[in-house]
Amino acid sequence: MTGVGFVWKNLYRKKTRTFLTFFCLYIAFLLYVALGSIAVVFSVDTLGGELGANRLQTSAKYSMIDDIPKRYVDEISQLDGVELVTHMSWFGGYYQEPSNMLVTFPVDPSTFFRVYPEYEISDEHLTAFLETRRGMVAPISLVEQYQWKVGDIIPIGSQIYPQEDGNYVWEFELVGSYTPDQDGQTAVLLQYDYFEEATAFGKGAVGWLAIQISDPQLAPELSQQIDSMYINSSDPVRTATESESNRQFLAQYGNITLMMSGILLAVFFTILLVCANTMAQAFRERISELGVLKTIGFNDYRLGLWMLSEAIWLSVIPAVFGVLIGMGVLFALGSSGATAMFVPTPPMSVVLSTAASSLALALALGVIVGAIPALTTTRMSIVDAMHA
Amino acid sequence: MAFIELINVVKNYTKGSEVVHVLQDLNLSLNAGDFLALMGPSGSGKSTLLNLIGGIDKPTAGRVIVGGAELGGMSSSQLAKWRSESIGFVFQFYNLLPFLTAQRNVELPLLLTNLNGSQRKENAMTALRTVSLDDRAKHKPGQLSGGQQQRVAIARAIVADPQILVCDEPTGDLDRQSAQEILALLEILNDRFKKTIIMVTHDPLAAEHAKKVLHLDKGVLVESTEEAVSA
Repeated sequence: MTGVGFVWKNLYRKKTRTFLTFFCLYIAFLLYVALGSIAVVFSVDTLGGELGANRLQTSAKYSMIDDIPKRYVDEISQLDGVELVTHMSWFGGYYQEPSNMLVTFPVDPSTFFRVYPEYEISDEHLTAFLETRRGMVAPISLVEQYQWKVGDIIPIGSQIYPQEDGNYVWEFELVGSYTPDQDGQTAVLLQYDYFEEATAFGKGAVGWLAIQISDPQLAPELSQQIDSMYINSSDPVRTATESESNRQFLAQYGNITLMMSGILLAVFFTILLVCANTMAQAFRERISELGVLKTIGFNDYRLGLWMLSEAIWLSVIPAVFGVLIGMGVLFALGSSGATAMFVPTPPMSVVLSTAASSLALALALGVIVGAIPALTTTRMSIVDAMHA
Repeated sequence: MAFIELINVVKNYTKGSEVVHVLQDLNLSLNAGDFLALMGPSGSGKSTLLNLIGGIDKPTAGRVIVGGAELGGMSSSQLAKWRSESIGFVFQFYNLLPFLTAQRNVELPLLLTNLNGSQRKENAMTALRTVSLDDRAKHKPGQLSGGQQQRVAIARAIVADPQILVCDEPTGDLDRQSAQEILALLEILNDRFKKTIIMVTHDPLAAEHAKKVLHLDKGVLVESTEEAVSA
């Protein structure tokens, strides 16, 4: 037996209590990683990034589900400071089952990948996409997930747009794949021209525009200028920077960051009490044992350190499990595309930083709840301990 | 020079605003290899005297010198190290750690040495053999009788080979037969292994096993069966 072994045995001397404490902490840290990572996504510009700084987004003024005329693309392209305009529409796609939703955008392939250079596609696949009217490209992760091959005809159902014959299930030819800039992004891109030709309604309309501008400093002025152009039309628009648009989109869910922070704060205050209570009980139960150990010759600092180590283990061990499982859950959700439909999947960097902060928090928790028992242990006289 | 020497030792405790005088100007000399029984009524200061000799408490005044070391001048850490090397403690209620096996309990003091794991285990088993409990090495205290637990406690006290054993009512919680076994064991440790033993007891029959008997009353040594004391 070693000192570490002794601390370990002490930790498990009341197995039920230790297990229940572990379980509380495990759940808390799982929630922390999962909700914390999502809260980060809601609180920062994870969609825009640095490249998004020189992009504006224009959508219908009153509702994001309204379309805007496609001619706006050409009109806005004429403005000084505007380099390129592309457009996207919400297709409401699904694969095989309506519950198996796919983020699907009809786009203009000739401009989309120039406005979004962070989406990497090979020249070969881009050329094929440009030349194939029924063509579609998908993120490499999605292609691997469904084991699609170039040349496959993929049936994609739409919950919004029927074809002119009334059929809601469309067929597209997979002509290539692209690499998105973030894990978990699963947008399938379709040829807008084919979509416009075949759809039963919505011809000449697009969902929103992405506008690449020459200088980020021009963003406020151009936004105002674009909005002014259509303010008295039947299709007024609202223009903002990409990051602001993303924030507005996510804000429709409410102040997620505040809600999640509130939940996490409540969870951690509770587990602080749970953990502190466990350590306080453990300390009270063994005061006379600590007296015996001091009598045998263990010095105050060694015993204090053991007490502190026990508290740290008590919080860190379940935290490690909670963090690992939490990360697993996020990656599973990300790869299934379930979160990407409504909420951007936290990128790996966010998940890892949340995991690291979780472990740091667990360490701090252990130190906080172990500090008082450890200090009391070092200060306790043998005579008092033996009479406790 | 005596192996254990207490010179003009005073020990007071403060209870609120009241000062309790536990030991008063006490002098005591013991030689190496002595087996001393300390007797006296409750509150007479027996355990306090034992604590002073064992280095777990310090005198209010006077000097406590054990094996040439003056305990009053040592820091808490120095005293802890000294205790681990020089003293073995045996308590009335055994004070074994309930979640450790007999062998692990005996091994505890060896965690303070530089012995490796297998050496510690071997020494612990040797100590258990000395108290005839090597066949109970894997038993936890709850699986042992009172007498067996006390023998494990004695094995723990001797495993680091200290010169002195300090026993606070070692038979106080045992039946007569188990008490006799423990006392016989202490005699062997004193006779064969030359341990200096200081034992607090209320039991005159237990005291008969000691070579010297001292009586304490209200913090003063009042009589002895040998000439070891002057108060």
